[in-house]
Amino acid sequence: MILSWRERTNMFNCSVLTGSAFSNNKKPIFIPEMTNQLPKIYLYRRLVQAKLFIDKNYHEPIDLNDIADEAYFSKYHFIRLFKNIYGKTPHQYLIQVRVENARLQLKKGLPIANVCYAVGFDSVTSFSALFKKITSRSPANYQQTELKRQAEMQQSPLKFIPGCFAREKEWLRNRNFQ
Amino acid sequence: MITTFGLSNNINMITKLNHVSVFVLDQNSAYDFYVNKLGFTVNTDAAMGPGMRWLTVCPPGQPELEISLMAVTEGMMFDAQSAHQMRELVQRGTFGFGVFECNDLIATYEELKAKGVEFTKAPTKEFYGFEALFKDDSGNWFSLGEKKR
Repeated sequence: MILSWRERTNMFNCSVLTGSAFSNNKKPIFIPEMTNQLPKIYLYRRLVQAKLFIDKNYHEPIDLNDIADEAYFSKYHFIRLFKNIYGKTPHQYLIQVRVENARLQLKKGLPIANVCYAVGFDSVTSFSALFKKITSRSPANYQQTELKRQAEMQQSPLKFIPGCFAREKEWLRNRNFQ
Repeated sequence: MITTFGLSNNINMITKLNHVSVFVLDQNSAYDFYVNKLGFTVNTDAAMGPGMRWLTVCPPGQPELEISLMAVTEGMMFDAQSAHQMRELVQRGTFGFGVFECNDLIATYEELKAKGVEFTKAPTKEFYGFEALFKDDSGNWFSLGEKKR
């Protein structure tokens, strides 16, 4: 993907710098601070693509090499850059995405083993352990609490709404779902 | 006499903001925008009877702040005239609802743009910080800043 100079600098159009760079419609002036940043945008786009790849394919048995390939990096360079931006290694991030998606599916009441395989883990034991490590609750406990909360939300939604909204708009008086 | 109160001394005073309303044109579309594009988590989604749904979402790093996505429709919240006027204002981009923060603005900008979020200002270094502006699906705008490292 090749971008024009203007497209790339648009990304960083520091008002002061571009003010001088484009004055008098002359050729852009070479500005060290700006050009130092230019190559970064390629890296950023690749890393973002790699992250989106994880977001999309987390349930597949992907390994780091797949992800590094996606970003056209060497594995170790890739891990370092990824961690720089996202604060986690790609592997840690993959686990987190799987657990987040597991949470969503557990909320729907699906059996724990099904959820475990559906989000890409291949052992229920390691899934439960990782789930607990990240959310500090076991999958079963999390599911029970969430299902209970949802049932309560259906039955008495007003419990979840600050009274000011409910009272102000006369929901309390007009409605019979307390 | 002026006394300096630290927050911890003011336990009986306001300590936090925990709910804020954003007026949206359509809750289903707003759900898709805030959850699937911005990556917010749903806190409460309760049907309140016909035409009324209480929907709140939280930024992932701030689960205690519920952003209530309020539908601007004639009904319990608005009378017909107010709803009409309000919808026009929202659509026209009158309201800026706040400033979000991320760890890496360029990465976040690239990702949101890839997901189809409309930016009215690309990441720009301003004297007050590094900032971009984007619009939600209704027309409300937000500033997006980068956490100072």
